[in-house]
Amino acid sequence: MTDSFTINVDGRDIQATKGQTILEAAEAAGIYIPRLCHHPELKPHGSCRICTVIANGRSCTSCTQPAEPGMEVQNNHPQVEMWRKQLIEMLFVEGNHFCPFCEKSGGCELQALGYRHGLTATQHPHLFPRREIDATHPDIMVDHNRCVLCGRCVRASRDVDGKRVFQFVERGPEKRVAVNSDALLSRTDVDLTDKAIDVCPVGAILPKRQGYIAPVGAREFDHTPIGTSVEAGNGSLEV
Amino acid sequence: MVEKTLPESVGSICKKYKNSPDRLMDIAIDIQHAYQCVSPEIQLDVAQFLQMEVVDVQSLVSFYSFLTEEETGKIVVRLCNDVPDKLAGMEAVAAALSSELGLDFGETSEDGRFTLLHTPCIGMSDQAPAVMVNEIIITSLTPESARKMARQLIETGNPYKLVKEFGDGRNCNDLIKSMVNNNLQRRGPVLFGGPVTGRGLESALKQTPEEVRQIVKDSGLRGRGGAGFPTGLKWDFTAAAEGEQRYILCNADEGEPGTFKDRVLLTEMPELMFEGMTIAAYAIGASGGLIYLRGEYFYLKAFLEHALELRRKSGLLGKNILGHEGFDFDIRIQLGAGAYICGEESALISSCEGLRGDPKNRPPFPAQKGYKQCPTSVNNVESLCAAARILEHGAEWFAGFGEARSTGTKVLSVSGDCEKPGVYEIPNGITLFEFLDMCGGREAQAVQVGGAAGHLIAPAEFGRRLTFDDLATGGSMMVFGPKVDLIGVAVDFLDFFVEESCGYCTPCRAGNVLLLERMKRIQKGRGETGDYEYLADLANSIKGTSRCGLGQTSPNIVLDLLRHFRPLLEAKIGDQDRNLRASFDLDSALKDAERATGRKSVYNQEGK
Repeated sequence: MTDSFTINVDGRDIQATKGQTILEAAEAAGIYIPRLCHHPELKPHGSCRICTVIANGRSCTSCTQPAEPGMEVQNNHPQVEMWRKQLIEMLFVEGNHFCPFCEKSGGCELQALGYRHGLTATQHPHLFPRREIDATHPDIMVDHNRCVLCGRCVRASRDVDGKRVFQFVERGPEKRVAVNSDALLSRTDVDLTDKAIDVCPVGAILPKRQGYIAPVGAREFDHTPIGTSVEAGNGSLEV
Repeated sequence: MVEKTLPESVGSICKKYKNSPDRLMDIAIDIQHAYQCVSPEIQLDVAQFLQMEVVDVQSLVSFYSFLTEEETGKIVVRLCNDVPDKLAGMEAVAAALSSELGLDFGETSEDGRFTLLHTPCIGMSDQAPAVMVNEIIITSLTPESARKMARQLIETGNPYKLVKEFGDGRNCNDLIKSMVNNNLQRRGPVLFGGPVTGRGLESALKQTPEEVRQIVKDSGLRGRGGAGFPTGLKWDFTAAAEGEQRYILCNADEGEPGTFKDRVLLTEMPELMFEGMTIAAYAIGASGGLIYLRGEYFYLKAFLEHALELRRKSGLLGKNILGHEGFDFDIRIQLGAGAYICGEESALISSCEGLRGDPKNRPPFPAQKGYKQCPTSVNNVESLCAAARILEHGAEWFAGFGEARSTGTKVLSVSGDCEKPGVYEIPNGITLFEFLDMCGGREAQAVQVGGAAGHLIAPAEFGRRLTFDDLATGGSMMVFGPKVDLIGVAVDFLDFFVEESCGYCTPCRAGNVLLLERMKRIQKGRGETGDYEYLADLANSIKGTSRCGLGQTSPNIVLDLLRHFRPLLEAKIGDQDRNLRASFDLDSALKDAERATGRKSVYNQEGK
């Protein structure tokens, strides 16, 4: 209780506690800060940079930056908004995202972020990288075309599943997620029930035989934008 | 034959490092030396010996450019392709090497003898073009000497035989024997002002660690790597942090293109750097020290190891240093393997820990949780040398040089279009005019201050001063004469950043590729008027959201061109034809269809 203090987000004072990140404090108060690599059950990664805010005049990722007493945070801000749009667009063009026929459409966090930020087309040229698909596993498919390198699978496998199925290899634009075996996914100890499979925000890791299971109109983001549930929570008023 | 002995030897290499996963860098480097690769099969063996996951071994191996999964030739020829090398005729040297070895860049000869590659700045910009032949450095190449070199290599198969004359100073030392020159053009009063006496350490040990830190704070010393953080304050934070152990790490990665002053300090006065490190260790209470030596400077390793050994024998390292009860400290050298990002302090720590060179999230800062989660101070070679001098001569003496907020001297690495390239120790605060007079570069159309990550300065601003608060530089100064194509320079720099990004965060990984794409488009005359705003927004976004210094600085060159050299861009972009989008390349758009149909399009038949 004594570790509770106030921070200000876009002119609104909210309560934060010691050890909370800006993102967590905002979320508890019903303020949604857009994010992609962050997942509440995993260690913060700070790689997608979409949750960037301006805190005390400096840009930082709200998923890694601890809240501090009296902190002034800009979340809903033209500069921040421009950065986020750019980052979302970058993620779209650096991979190959086939929204119209992707099984994850409607439930994809990248797509939902695009919609939330009003993006219909990108100003950047598509880079059309050549990437692999690994369908060797009987129950799980990995399509690197749709991977956004958020590292959720890497963290979940290591920290939740207690396995080491996924890891980053290479660097720069060639950076990719590799599997821990002498060959492909079928030779790892991955299971369909692993957290690592569940947390993929896009259509890069997909359980087989479940494609298009939810009809259009019944998918997660069909009616309300991503972040709505956080905003509906409204902190202490949450039931 | 090799296959049979392979597992055993890999095992003995691993054993040499006690099968310790945190020594994976050393293990992988030694394996690369022995087998010309760290193949997927070898990775499986290493994983077994070290009892770690094979994907973690792969993660490290695939990160560093001197480590390869595919077998290279026995002799790897790496031609430096940084901007000063290009200005000095690198392209002609490249053609000569390529034709003589019968290889394109990126290729390995069928007999497995040679691999020919390009590599970013190897720290020889003042004696460019330069090449690494395995670990041997050959400088000041011409197309003729390059041909001769290649023929000799084919004949002897021995890179060591290429070195006929040794460079100046200690480059002729038995343990270096290199043709590299120091080109020490100006000895300043602080670092190069006199012999290394060891009195700095003696004086430090007569005082308390707090007093030593206070002296360094009083001197105003700021980090010489470029960031300019007060050294004494960094030591305070590290000393104050909770931890069972503390570490002092010396950053000798010097990867910023056009920087080579640490190479000269390491060659001429490693004793001063070791002394500075030992003082730092005493000041922060560190028992362990590491020097992160870039892989390109492998040729200095034996010499540095020997200098360390001599210090151990003289009681300057080890237990109870100089008889000071309870002050135990030793240093080991951690070799890098070709990754610019490892000059970033938290990436450097990752690399020392046997990981890929990803920077770490901050907080926690290295001073709180650094190497092996212990409080760690990472300091540049030059900062540590300066600290040793400060303890020898006093804070006031040091602060008497330079300016109020930029005390002391700075060592510059000067390359490009000037009469006297090389290393200069100058007092902080001189103007670019004075600098250009000094090195003979008054013709310059621009100076790149601080390397590729620094700033491109136009003549209208040559009155600006080299200080931390005006023009900060880690030492790299590239002079660009009137003939240099600055758009080409920007393309080269961006190419470098794309190559060297660790790929962790989106803006740096993807954004730099997009900056490069657009600058290349403009270079080819396919730019559009909308590109100014596009580039500015993109550059701003990469700077504003990147996770570490690489992405926070890589767009500088584009922003500097937009701000100070706009006429150069306008000349390339020109006035737009309203009916034609310059970015649309009709020829290449038609190419596939023409190939498929087997005839020229009407557009091409009509001769445009």
